[in-house]
Parts: sequence; structure tokens; C-alpha cells
Amino acid sequence: MSETLLKIEQLEVNYGAVRALKNVSLEVKSGEVVALLGANGAGKSTTLRAISGLVKAKSGGITYANQNIARLNPTQIVALGVSHSPEGRRVFPGMTVLENLRLGASQRNDKENIQADIDRMFEMFPILSERKTQTAGTLSGGEQQMLALTRALMNRPKMLLLDEPSLGIAPLIVRQIFATLAELKKTGTTILLVEQNVNIALNLADRAYVLRTGEIVLNGSASELRLNSERVAQAYLGGGIETQDSRAA
Amino acid sequence: MNLLEYTFQQIINAVSQGSMFALVAVGLSIIFSLLRLTNFAHGDMMMVGAFGTLVMQLAGVPFLLAVLLGIVISALVGIIIERIAYRPVRGAPDVTMLLTSVALTYILENLGILLFTSSPRNFPLPDWLNASFNLADGRISFTSINLLTFGLTLLALLFLAWFVRNTQVGLGMRAAAEDLTASYLVGINVNTVIVVAFVMASSFAGLAGVLWAAQAGVVEPHMGFTPLLKAFVAAIIGGFGSIPGAIIGGFVLGALEVLIQSLPSEWGLGAYRDAIVFTLLIAFLLFRPGGIVGVKQEVKL
Amino acid sequence: MKYSRLIFALGALLGFTLLVPNILPQYLVRVLIVMGINIILVASLGLSNGFTGVFSLGHVGFMALGAYSSGILTLSVSKKLAYLPDLPGFLAGYNLPFLPATILAGLLCAAVAFLIGIPLMRLSGNYVSVATLGFLVIVNNVLINAETLTRGARTFTGIPDFTTLPWVVAWMVVTLVVLSRIAYSPFGRAMRATREDGIAAQGIGIQVLPTRLIAFTIGAFFAGIGGALYAHYLVSFSPATFYIAMMVTQLTMLVLGGQASLTGATLGVVIVTVLSELLRNLERGFDLGFVKLPAVFGASQIALGLIFILVMVFRPQGLFGDREIKFVESKVERNERPVPDHL
Repeated sequence: MSETLLKIEQLEVNYGAVRALKNVSLEVKSGEVVALLGANGAGKSTTLRAISGLVKAKSGGITYANQNIARLNPTQIVALGVSHSPEGRRVFPGMTVLENLRLGASQRNDKENIQADIDRMFEMFPILSERKTQTAGTLSGGEQQMLALTRALMNRPKMLLLDEPSLGIAPLIVRQIFATLAELKKTGTTILLVEQNVNIALNLADRAYVLRTGEIVLNGSASELRLNSERVAQAYLGGGIETQDSRAA
Repeated sequence: MNLLEYTFQQIINAVSQGSMFALVAVGLSIIFSLLRLTNFAHGDMMMVGAFGTLVMQLAGVPFLLAVLLGIVISALVGIIIERIAYRPVRGAPDVTMLLTSVALTYILENLGILLFTSSPRNFPLPDWLNASFNLADGRISFTSINLLTFGLTLLALLFLAWFVRNTQVGLGMRAAAEDLTASYLVGINVNTVIVVAFVMASSFAGLAGVLWAAQAGVVEPHMGFTPLLKAFVAAIIGGFGSIPGAIIGGFVLGALEVLIQSLPSEWGLGAYRDAIVFTLLIAFLLFRPGGIVGVKQEVKL
Repeated sequence: MKYSRLIFALGALLGFTLLVPNILPQYLVRVLIVMGINIILVASLGLSNGFTGVFSLGHVGFMALGAYSSGILTLSVSKKLAYLPDLPGFLAGYNLPFLPATILAGLLCAAVAFLIGIPLMRLSGNYVSVATLGFLVIVNNVLINAETLTRGARTFTGIPDFTTLPWVVAWMVVTLVVLSRIAYSPFGRAMRATREDGIAAQGIGIQVLPTRLIAFTIGAFFAGIGGALYAHYLVSFSPATFYIAMMVTQLTMLVLGGQASLTGATLGVVIVTVLSELLRNLERGFDLGFVKLPAVFGASQIALGLIFILVMVFRPQGLFGDREIKFVESKVERNERPVPDHL
């Protein structure tokens, strides 16, 4: 098995008096795709925000490539090769597609390769090329998600943090985006994926963790969890009555 | 003087006045868009630029070089105040930042008094700058300072437009103004962006200070305050936080002031120009807080 | 006894006020007068800025209105003929004694605040600050140009020197008692609720606009009183007297002491007054025998500005935050903020 790229140990995060994460430990190996599952407010996004330095951990450790990054600021973490495509896409609405992509390369100094990478992104999603001089605010939700993903890729990340890439997007485009993610996986990009759509996430992921009210309540390989969808659903709902097959969700 | 000539003369006045407002307002807007800081100390960068130029001239530096050095000094002061005063209160409530800038104004102006006393000093100009031009047998006239004000403002604003579109830091400036959190996430070096923003804003204000002093013929420690208030009005009626808004607001305000001044004197409104302008500001705040260009409310995390 | 502390404090203050003019040098009495006036001004500024969260920069504008209106009302008929020959008839013909003139000045300010507050109190954050600053600029501009009433930019002079230490102390006591009664009443809780969260306050049935408007209006009333007292202390002044420098000084006092505390406002005034008197003396330069320090004018203001920034950086809530020294023992249940009457 390949080496561990990201390791989170007993992470605890508070928002004011509210505890958002307690005792979360997880690890992501190099080249792996790991899904973080769970209901709204379970702490998935908070975990990503803690990794990328947007929120500071109250206690616990975050190690990336054998380096403690828990006290680094977001810019330093991006410079280490961790790209975070945030919840709600957060493209820069008043700036053009091209400018958004160029901003994704903010931490890079290899000017000559940046243009080539932009071209590569346009090959990946040709629609973005058509819209390259349009401002991002005028794009559809799906196009904005493509832009948010490619903007994150412009950093040439070793590790990609993706927050709900399927949220509010037409199924056809979701499929297109996840096909791209599968390609990325083949090229060896490590991905930590937050998803509500369990089915689609487990199809892409190697392993998954299920969070509930700030704690990890279940983890296992994707194939295992796919076979055991009742347990996943139960973990989601807090051990209550199982009402739906998570596969159908 | 016929109506056409009169109008032309007024347009020259309005453009010259508006250029100055735009130059100061742009800096206010850039800083506000990044930090939500209503920067009262911005006007004092005019004073710093003008006094810097004066001191250099007295030291025997040729005029143009002195102006350049004066602008560099205001940029440096901008960097210093950002580092020692604004960075520690970054992210604090709006009022805390606003009060910090009020305190800075107070310090800078009193520093000016301490170094140069509060009485106005003569601002020497080379002869070529004192030249004036006449058209239509002297019925239309303007000075080389009018020309220079417009020309340099245009250059500065074109440079700014180029900068925010074509450089990585400039792109970062626009991005950070739109969505600070996302800027951190894509790896924009926000500190650098903010420092560069202060350099640009302060040097524009420094330039405006030199032009202002050249028009008035004198420099004094409080010279930045009235233009600052006007620049606030310009930036807000244009759309606070927007660069194009600040420019439009600057020229609109310039035109408005010239218009008020050219009203028949028996109406007695000319003297109440400032009251009228600030009433307009309040009206904008109430009815169109996004200004002429319609700035949207900031993205909250 | 519930009021024993208050009565003791008032007694001590009365004794102090009667005694002081006889034992202290005239210079110090004048410092005390200005300090008392500033307490009135800064405490009333705190009502809108600290308790209600409407951060006004226009307080000095009301002060100026108070000063000029009380000045015009009390100027003797002969002086009016000399200084303000074009005064409208109803003002030119007679003059008022000190107390009614002061109260009228306060009421005028309250009326103006009420009228401009109706639109302005809808604004929040930076915008209300900029708009109230706009009000200050407008007042200044109008005072300079309304020559028939104010002599314009020239010095307005000939005002009777009514302001004495007992007058100031009496008004100061009235101001603080009234303000503390308001600030720690149910209405005061409503004010603080609108400061913390306007939307939530609305949710529990507090009407944000009227609450802010009333606080702003009351603050302006006392600004007018303070302005009138200051006018009859200075005896002559010009529109430039009531402008940005004065605004900054009052803000420094308020911010240093604590914006949401009457005790803080009071102590902020005392500290800044003492400091600036000390610094002002240092600034003139002095002779230590072996070394002579030259005069450095402006240094005291710079020091005040630096203190201001240090407070902003390290203690933005001010020295007192929202705590108070209590002068009335109250029987309010725990968990509820006690009602302090204090001086």
C-alpha cells in the first residue's frame, strides 16, 4: 500500500460555543479517493475547512505529507499542493472564466506552463472555453462547478478537497464532472470528497467515512459500504428507523 | 461669451475638478472593497505627497523628480500605516477599523503641524506649470495644471485598469474584493494584495495632493481633509467598493460642484455647495446605497 | 438604604463644587468646567454610539447648534444690534436668561435629531457613520453661511459668561441620572438588543427604528445642552470650534472609557482631560536644569491619537467595556443587569 498523504488525529473544532467536530481521525493515502459522507451539519465541510486552514482546530493534529499543517494559514496550505474547491463553488462572479483560472495558479511561478494548463482545462470542459471571456456570475450552476473544479486544479494539487460537487446541478452534468474526477483519479490525484449523494460518491471512492454530529460513526472500503447500504443509512440517521435505501438516494 | 464657450469652459473646470476627486476616490474604494475599511487617513496621503514634494524641492531636487519622490513617500507612509495600524484591527468590527483610521488622521495631521506648523506654505512651481492657455480670444482659459491634472489622472487610471486585469496581484485584488474566503482558498497572497492596494491608493492620493497643492499654490497639514470628504461622496455615489464607480462618482461630483457654482448668484446656493453635496450623499445612502453602478452587498462567509 | 450611596455621592459632589472655586486656582476650575461639559457630551454620545450601536460622527454638529442657538437667545439686545444687526425681529427684540436658553437649545437639537433621524436611523454600520459625518459637514457649512444668525466664519462674540462650575455639575448630574435611568430600563435593554442584532431584536418585537431614533434624539438633546454650556464658558467662538478636532477628542474619550458604559464615558473624559493637560504642559517645553526640552506643538494630540489606536488594537471595548459603578443598590434578580444610578 502507498504512503499516507493526509492524516487527521483526534481533531476537534468549535464554532464559538458549538462543537462542530469531536475526536475525528481519518487518513488518506497517496492516490486514493476518500469520500466523507453524512447528513447536513454532520461536520463534513468543517473537516475540509480545517484541513485547508479556514478554521483553526481547537485540538488534534493535521499532518500532510509528513508535515504538521494545523497551524498554517490557508495560503501556505495551498502552496503545499492542497486545493480546496469549496461549498457553494465560490467562483469570483465578476471576473471572467479565464481570470478565475489564472487565479487558481496564484501559488505557481512557472508562467510558461500555466497557459498550457489552462488549455488542458478547456479540453476537459470545452464549454468553459466557449465562455472564457464571460464573467463567472453569468455561468450556469454546472458550468460554475466545472470552473470551481478546474480553478482548483490550476494549482496542480497533490491533494484535492471537493465539497459537494453535485449540489444543485443537473444529473447529466454531474455525470460529466464525476467522469472527469475518475480520469483525475487515474492520473494519481488524491481526492477527499464530501458528498450528499452516497451512491455516486461510493462509485468513485476507494474508501469512505460517515460523519454524524461531528463524529465519525462508520468507515470502510467503498465496495464494503456499497454492499452494506443499510448500515450507511443507519449511520446517517443516527441508528433510527431505516426508511430508504441509500442506493436510491 | 456665448453659451457654447461658457459650457466649454465649465466642462474644462468640471473635468479638472472631477479628475482630482476620482483619483482620491479610487483609492478609498479599493481599500474599502478589500477590508471594509472606511479610511479617513486616506486624505492625509495627499498632505504627505505634497509636503514630500515640497521638502524635496527645498532640498534642491528638480521639480519632476521631487514630485516622484513625494509620491514614493506617500506610498511608503501607506505601507507603514497598513502594517502598524490597520493589520492589527483587520477583521474587527467596521466601527473599530473606522475609528482607527480617524485616530490615524489625527496623528498624521498633528505630525504635519509639528513638522511644518499649521500655517500654509508656499508651493513653488516651475514656470512651465504656471502657463495658462486661452481660446476664443481669452473667453475660454485653462492652465497647464488643469491639463496636467486631467492627463495624469487619465494615465493613473489607465495604469490601474491595466494592472487589475493583467497582473496576478491585480487579479488577486479584484478577487479578494469579491470573495475574501475564496481568495485564500485559491492561494492568493492576500497580505501582498492588501499592501499593494495601499501602495496604489496612497500614491494616487499623493499625486492628487501634489496637483491640489499646485492648484492652490500652498500646502498645509489639513489640506487633505476636505478633498477626503469629497472623495467619500464621490466613492459612495458611484458605488462604494467599485473602481469604475469611484471614477464615475468623481466626475459626476466634479460636474455637480461646477454646476452649483455656476447657478445664478441671486439664488444664493453657491455658498451652500458642501451642504448640497452632502445632502446628496445622504440621499444616496438612503435610496441607492449601491451607488450609480449598483454595488452588491458583500459576500459573507 | 437603597439610596444611601447616591445621597453620599451627591453630598460629596455638592461640597466639592462649593469648595473648589475658593481653594483651587482659576486655571484648574476652568479645566473642571470643561471636563464636566465633556462628561455631558460624551455620556450622551455613548447613548447612541455605545448602547444603541448607531455610530454617530455628528454629535459635534448638535453641540454646535446648541452653542449657537443658546448664544443667540441670550445675547443682550444692544449686542445683537452691534454684532447681528440683521437678526429676524422675533430674535432681535429680547433675550432669555441662561436656563431657558439652554433648555431651548437642547430641545432644538432634539427636534433636528428627530427629523434627520427618521431617515438616517435606517442606515447601519459604516453608512450611518458617514451620513452623520455628512450632517456635521452640513451644519458647519450652514453656520458659516448663515451670516445673519451666526456672523459666518467670523468669531461669534459677546455671549454672557453664565457657565460656572455649579451649573455644569448640576447639568452633569441631571444628564447622568437621566441617561442611566434610560440605559438600564426596559427601553435600554431594547436599545442594546438592536445593537447586538437588529433582525433578532425585531423578531422579539422590538421596533428597531423607533428605538434608535429615541436614543439618537435624547443624545442630541444633551449634546445641545453641552454645547450651550460650552458657549457660555468660551464666550466667543466660530464654526471651526465645533468641527473634526472636537469630534476626535470626544470619540477618544468615549472609546477609551468604554462605549457602552456611563462610568466608562465619565472616566474616559477624566483620563483624557488629565492626560491632555499634562501633555499640554510638557509640550510647551520645560527646563530640567541640566537639559532643556524645546516646545513641540502638536505632540499632545499625537500622543492622544496613539493611545486611541492602542485602545482599538488591544482593548476595543474600552477600559470599562459595559461595566458600571453602581450608586443605587438594586433588588433586581440575578442574571438581570442591575439598574445603576451613578454620577
